[in-house]
This record gives sequence, structure tokens and C-alpha cells, in this order.
Amino acid sequence: METERGLRTRILPGLTALTSRGLAGWMVVIGLGMVLSIVTMTLIAPWISPHDPSALNVGPLRSPPNGEFPLGTNHLGQDMLSRVLCGGSIMLQVSVLSVLFCLIVGVPIGLISSYVGGALDKTFSLIMDSVYAFPGMVLAITISAMLGRGVVNMALSIAVVYIPSYFRIVRSHVLTIKELPYTVAARSIGAKGDTILFRYILPNVVPSIVSVATVNFADAILTAAGLTFVGLGVTKDIPDWGWDLTDGRTLLPSGAWWVITFPGVMIVLLALGFTLIGEGMSELLNPRLEQ
Amino acid sequence: MGLRSYIATRVLLTIPMIMLLLTFVFLVVRVLPGDPVLLHFEKAASPETMELMRQRLGLDKPLLSQYFAYLAGLMQGDLGKSMQDFSPVGQQIFSAFPATLELAIYSTIIAVGVGIFLGVKSSQSYNSPQDHSIRIFGIVVYAIPIFFLGMIFQMIFGVFLHWLPTGGRIYPGMEPYGLNMGGQHISTGLYTIDSLLEGNVFKFVQTLRYIFLPSLTLGLVLCGVFIRLTRSNMLETLRLDFVTAARARGLRERTVLYGYAFRNALLPVLTMMGLQFAVLLGGAILTETTFSWPGLGRYLVDRINFRDYTAIQGDVVFFGLLVALVSLVVDVLYAYLDPRIRL
Repeated sequence: METERGLRTRILPGLTALTSRGLAGWMVVIGLGMVLSIVTMTLIAPWISPHDPSALNVGPLRSPPNGEFPLGTNHLGQDMLSRVLCGGSIMLQVSVLSVLFCLIVGVPIGLISSYVGGALDKTFSLIMDSVYAFPGMVLAITISAMLGRGVVNMALSIAVVYIPSYFRIVRSHVLTIKELPYTVAARSIGAKGDTILFRYILPNVVPSIVSVATVNFADAILTAAGLTFVGLGVTKDIPDWGWDLTDGRTLLPSGAWWVITFPGVMIVLLALGFTLIGEGMSELLNPRLEQ
Repeated sequence: MGLRSYIATRVLLTIPMIMLLLTFVFLVVRVLPGDPVLLHFEKAASPETMELMRQRLGLDKPLLSQYFAYLAGLMQGDLGKSMQDFSPVGQQIFSAFPATLELAIYSTIIAVGVGIFLGVKSSQSYNSPQDHSIRIFGIVVYAIPIFFLGMIFQMIFGVFLHWLPTGGRIYPGMEPYGLNMGGQHISTGLYTIDSLLEGNVFKFVQTLRYIFLPSLTLGLVLCGVFIRLTRSNMLETLRLDFVTAARARGLRERTVLYGYAFRNALLPVLTMMGLQFAVLLGGAILTETTFSWPGLGRYLVDRINFRDYTAIQGDVVFFGLLVALVSLVVDVLYAYLDPRIRL
């Protein structure tokens, strides 16, 4: 009872505060709803799936959607509904891990590099700019091809592509904040370097990091799907929307639209959810852009 | 700073970036866990065979001398040898390049065209349902995996409606050969142009039918950025005094929009085209794989399936050099068009 009241008093006003901010607020709310539903669905999938998603010949081969198999079956006779319900886990794991890697590496390097300045900053900026300018998909494919399969390796190769985005946003903010009167004041009363960096500068950079990270979730999901599509996916044994989409390509000429449509739509919904949150938030956090 | 010295500075800045890139690719292929030769044979070959392969590719030498041999080779346009048949990678890349270039040109036309059109429409009706739906459209196309969109198009227009082909550049054997003029052979490798040079309208229409779906797929996925950019630039420009002045003189709204405001909003679109080039190439890999389009991206994916690491290295280096060159050209063009940049 207590928690329910807590929910009502804390979350509902938050929601109203968001939805009263126009389109941007609604984008955040709808995006959050989409992402949370997909995460919940993936978590409870093992209990609600009608069939074992990896079991072969559960039904007839390539059966269109019908009463028994609402989303049809693929060319191995696997139940598409069960595969769609369970197929989000790899995408979610890879995207969470890669965003974590980016945060762990990109943010500290950005903070220190821009705060210290000088040759260190120049070197890091050059390296990050070079990686940033490089076609991300090509880079991710190359690193992934060298590292081999696996969730962690996939997340690592995606993280390498996006670390520069975090570095750049942190760096540009620190460079501005470093010169603001309150930071200068802190320095003049004798605050140490790390105090200024972590207590004065970092809290003001966090909002931008959050909005970059949210949009980055979508990028990570799309890149992971792309890696799977070119044959660098995690493994065929675990149900995954990316694999189903890739596998379904061979069934295209036969007109089996259900095999690609449902996993594909799930990837779109997940990526769209994160994009909506990120876009909405960056607009809410930068009121300057609202006219 | 004059234009000439700006160009010189910009070129000098590109050199360390390219060196960094070349070193990075070199290290990724050699130092990351997984010896390329071991990976190539999936550990299933005799040690002698693998040693022979290392010798033929020069992978048995110390890392530093491999590095200098790699750089020296690149200076002469040598992108290395394929692990599969020891053929020069450079040749294969140059024969695949026109396909990617043609795809890139048509997708950019679609992305920029759709982006500008919708962006202007959106800014014209600020905060209206039309504005909102255009913005949502931009966000949705961003969230679609390119190959999924491609497969949907293939299914609708190819499999169900039979309107358009679902893969390849042209019907085998129908490749346009360009123009023969007095013993001189002119061919661009871009099929739409070559078929026109040949004067064969039928082939031209066919090449357009083949390139339509791939470039529409890639173009739509990329257009979101241009919608947003055009929209925000137009919104800013429309509030400026000279637009109000143009309206006050009683000019038609279309003239004000396209003749006055739009011209000022166009310059950032050019910069964005340069920035988006890397994204375009990344998207091209997936689009080419979806549509069996015989370009650089499909070559890369093919090589990955054959575990041909030296060819992968060559292809990636080529991609990197291409991006560096395009961003250099765009920056110089921008500085030429907007003298403030050179300050």
C-alpha cells in the first residue's frame, strides 16, 4: 500500500510535468512506455512463450499466421511468436553493455582531456576525431570480425565507434563550464582540481551525457542488427530478432512476409523508443531550441 | 586567411588523421586477439600451410617492418593481396567502386531532395499537425534498420507486385559498355551514364529500375537529418528582417520561401552532406548486401565470409581514404562559399 502511494505521489506528477511540455514531453513518455514494455516482455518471455523458441518442427514449415501460430512459422518449423517474444535479449544486452563501455571510457577521457588541456587534449582530440570521421559501420564490422562472436565482443566493437560522441560532447561542455564565473570562483577559494572537476563541472555535464546515451542506445541496437545481418551475430542458437531478420532474407522470394516483418518491427519499436526518449529529452534539456 | 592558405592548412591537418587511421587499421588486423592466418583457416590447416601463407603475405616478418612495407605499398596504390587467391586487392576494389559511387550519388539525391522538401514544408507550418507528422517521419526512418526497409521494399515491389527487380545492377549480359569514339573507349562505370553514352534508352530505363529500390532505401534512411537541418535553418531564417521585408514588398509566399529564405538555409545542408558521407558508406554496406549490389560494401561482407583479412584491411583503408578526401573537398568548398570560415 505504502509503495503504491509512493508511486502515485512521485511518478504521476512527473508524468504530468512531462506531458504538459508539449510534443517533446510526449515523445519521452511514449518512448519510455515502448522501451519498458519491450524490456518487460523480454524478461517474462520464458514463461509466456507458447513454444520453445529454439525447438525445430514445432509446427508445419513456413506456415502463414493462423490460429495456432499467430505469427506463423519459419522454414525450420519454429514458432515465430515465441521467437519474437524471446528475441530481444541479445539486442538489449549488447546495447546496455556498449553504452556502459562508452560511458566508462568516453566520459572520463573527455573530462580529463579538456580540463587538463595542452598536448594531452590535442592528442586525444585528434584520435577521437579520426575515429569519429570514419564510417561507423565499417569500423564496427572490422573490429567485430577480428574479435569474433559473443555479446561482449559485439558490444566492444560498437562502443569503439561511439566513444568519440561522448568524448566530444563532454569536452565541449567542460571547455565552456571551465571559464564560467562559478568555476573560476571555486578555483579562487582554493578548491582542488578533482573537486572542481567532479563537484562543479561533472554535474552540469550529466544532462547532455544522458541524452547522448539514450540516442546511443538506438544506434547500438541498429549497429548490432547490422552486424548480425552481415554474418557477425552472436550465435544462431539463441533466438534473436537480428538473426530471424537475416535468416528470413532467404525466404523473401517465396513471399513469406511474416518471417521478417515481426522481428523487424520489434527492432524498429525498440530503436524508436530510445530515439523518442533521447530526442524528447535533448529538447527538454535545451529550452533554447524551443521557440 | 586567404583561400589558398586555408586549403594548405586543411590538407596538412588531414595528413596526421590519415596516418592515424592507417595505423589503427593495421593494428586492428594484427594485434587484436586472433592471428589472421589462424582465423582464416579456422585452425584446421597444417602448420606448414599456415607458415607458407604467412610467408607469401609477409606476415612472418617483424611487426615494424610489416608496418613500413604496408605504408610503402599504399604510397604506390598497393592495397595488399587477398588471402584467398593472392590477387591484388586494389584491382578488385577499383572494379567495385563505381557501383558504390553510383548508389551513393542517387541515394544522396533522394535523401537531400526529400529532406529539403519535407524540411521546408515542416518549417512553413510550424507546430501544426503537418509539422509534427514530418518530424515523427524523420525519427521513424532513423530507427529502421536499413536492410529491413530494403527487404520490405523488395517484398512489396519485387515479390508481390513484380514491378521492380530485387537485386543486382542490371540483367546479366546487358551491362552498358559506354561510348566508342574513333577507337577511343569512354566508360564511367556508372551504368546510368554509360547507357546514355551508348545511346541505349532501353538499357538506361533498365539501369534506373535496378538502382531505384537500393537508392530509395538508403536515401530514405538518411533523409531524416536533412529534414531536421532544413527545418531548423528555415525557422531561423524566416524570422530575419530581410524575409519580412520581402513579404512587405508583396512578393508571393513561394518566392519568399524558395527564392529568399531557402537560399540562406542551403549552405549548412552542404556541410551536412559531407558529414553524412561516412554514414552513407556505412549504410551502403547493408544496402548493397540486401540488394546484391556489387559494390565495395558487398565486397567487404564477402571477404568477411571468406575470412580474407588482408582484403578486409585493404577495403577498410580505401573507405577511410575516401571519407578523408570527401571531407577535405567539402570543407574547401564550404570555405569558398562562406568566407567567414577562413577567418
